Amino acid sequence: MNTTQRADRAGETTREQQVLARIAKVRARRPKVREERITLAHGAGGKATHTLIEAVFVEAFRNPVLEQLEDGASLDTEAGRLAFTTDSFVVSPLFFPGGNIGDLAVNGTVNDLAMCGARPLHLSASFILEEGFPVVDLQRVVASMAAAAQAAGVQIVTGDTKVVERGKADGCYVTTAGVGLLDRPLRLSASAARPGDVVLVSGPIGDHGITVMLARGELDISADIRSDTAALNGLTARLLDAAGAGVRLLRDATRGGVATICNEAAVASQVAVVLDEKSVPVRPVVTGAAELLGIDPLYVACEGRLVAVVAPEHADAALAALRAHPLGEGATVIGAVRDDPPGLVLLRTSFGGTRVVDLLVGDPLPRIC
Amino acid sequence: MRYVDEFRDAATARALSTRIAALCEPGRRYKFMEVCGGHTHTIYKHGLEDYLPETISLVHGPGCPVCVIPMGRVDDAIAIAEQPDVIMTSFGDMMRVPGGRGSFFDSKAAGADIRMVYSPLDALKIARKNPDKRVVFMAIGMETTAPSTAMTVLRAASEELENFSIFCNHVMIIPAIKAILDSPDLRLDGFIGPGHVSTVIGCRPYEYVARDYGKPLVCSGFEPLDILESVYRLMVQVAEGRCEVENQYARVVPWAGNPKALQVIGEVMELRPHFEWRGLGFISHSALRVRARYSAFDAERIFDVPGVRVADPKACQCGEVLKGVLKPWECKVFGTACTPETPIGTCMVSSEGACAAYYNFGRFSRDRVREATRS
Repeated sequence: MNTTQRADRAGETTREQQVLARIAKVRARRPKVREERITLAHGAGGKATHTLIEAVFVEAFRNPVLEQLEDGASLDTEAGRLAFTTDSFVVSPLFFPGGNIGDLAVNGTVNDLAMCGARPLHLSASFILEEGFPVVDLQRVVASMAAAAQAAGVQIVTGDTKVVERGKADGCYVTTAGVGLLDRPLRLSASAARPGDVVLVSGPIGDHGITVMLARGELDISADIRSDTAALNGLTARLLDAAGAGVRLLRDATRGGVATICNEAAVASQVAVVLDEKSVPVRPVVTGAAELLGIDPLYVACEGRLVAVVAPEHADAALAALRAHPLGEGATVIGAVRDDPPGLVLLRTSFGGTRVVDLLVGDPLPRIC
Repeated sequence: MRYVDEFRDAATARALSTRIAALCEPGRRYKFMEVCGGHTHTIYKHGLEDYLPETISLVHGPGCPVCVIPMGRVDDAIAIAEQPDVIMTSFGDMMRVPGGRGSFFDSKAAGADIRMVYSPLDALKIARKNPDKRVVFMAIGMETTAPSTAMTVLRAASEELENFSIFCNHVMIIPAIKAILDSPDLRLDGFIGPGHVSTVIGCRPYEYVARDYGKPLVCSGFEPLDILESVYRLMVQVAEGRCEVENQYARVVPWAGNPKALQVIGEVMELRPHFEWRGLGFISHSALRVRARYSAFDAERIFDVPGVRVADPKACQCGEVLKGVLKPWECKVFGTACTPETPIGTCMVSSEGACAAYYNFGRFSRDRVREATRS
């Protein structure tokens, strides 16, 4: 390379750096909802959801508990520390291989409490039912909820029912809320990750999301796959018993998948999360379906998998504890926390390259070709 | 996974990378354009540029059908979608493409019935299920997707379905490559040719690129090793002073293409005199429309569409990016006013778009990323 070319190259690199710095500044600005109406992207768990939450809900309800934006709220009361959370379920179809909206609603809320480090105790259940919805279907949903509650060791102690006109809802929507006891001296938080920490996942990812996509029947693909919906409080209890002091953060990898959780941790903790694609467990059938659809399993929802960020000296104990539980048999280390570049998730691809894993805007859109 | 893993093998990639580096003449810089958006996506998704020496740069071409659709056509499609009793059906990555008055997603949120489908045949199914609705398929894509659109029209015709039509926006890659070659501000050393398009048209139509413009072209598959091998083959041609069309994707692409598919396209569609490409302007004989004999299935004739040309936003430099004159980050609005959340230009919309791919996957200094990911 001659001198002029080298100077050109250096000049270009500097200009690129300036542009990238300007972009970083724009990204750090307070989010603003620009759309005039809610679109489906606002519910997909990606950037649009984050913007909506921060610009509309946090803005209006602002308080120190909410501002932590964890899966559930941790409340200090005179009686002790409680975890409190709520979640709505609108899955379509209502019934899919491996579960239905009922067990999803119980497990989802149990898991949000478990991810706070709490022992889930009591749940509420509210139903929005569409006129014409078959009672027998409702009974199936409720029976699954009862079974899921029993399996998780929680009770559904209060509830509500509303019926809306035909066409105003899609059969049945379920909202659950739950309280749990924070009886361990822990403060799990997305902002607690430190350079050197290890990132673990409790099993193969993407099963639930791909199952539901296929169950919608729009794709003419069938595959032998079931939702992974499960209550994870038993697994988190085992993990916290074995490595509690070293666990920084627990999240169940629901909407937005593992990629979204890692992004939340990277931003909140101002660290880099570096994932190793080769280590990320994905079932071949999920890989295959995702390849066909042109989507990335890292963004696909799970309903029975957790991501844990653990201090390095506790990583072996954490992994052993997860693997000793039936829901964590496939647990593995998928990455590590670094200090630079802060706020980013990077992926070492199986091919041997590197790339950034950003939040998606909305749902992963299938590509044309 | 079989048929995937063998094309993503890191050891083979390292070996190819060494051979590519050995072909680089000291002091010379190389620029190759990958025409197809699918290639752009692969390059970023797998971090392929990590295997290329710094003196080789890849320029992302106009082969992303979503990226080249002009704003006026999006507005036309939305105008159709908003008419009474219409169900508009579209591929997923078209949903967020902005027209002059918003995207399909915005129109859907405002009440239009717009549904995502995975194939035009799914749209046909919707038409059969909803005889009291008029179902329109937003047909986009290059020669790759045109045969399936044409087949769908033929099937609708044989079933005598009266409530199904297509809004035809199929474009053709050859005139676009020619427009790029004719552009005066362009310096390229060769092309990574589109693989999927070539399954239909074959390799012969590219021969003019080598013959008349003196640029080598290698038709490439979509796995990362395919692309790396294509770069290697281009480098060999450059080193040997050759200019030929080569077929790296011979496991899928026959040299003569797929005559049956071409025949189906020809049966249902004909060339438009000219068509606007986002960023590239009007290119003659570069797009397809429905033939008169199938006018019953042509949404452009059934519905009243505004057909107004909407100028690209001034700040948007998609054209220069598509021609490879600017790198995505060199565009004035890249990453600030224009982001995947609020795209101004179409290159930022689809994950195959050069800007979106760069923003999502490659936005950061290679050195810093390499440093951070070193194990």
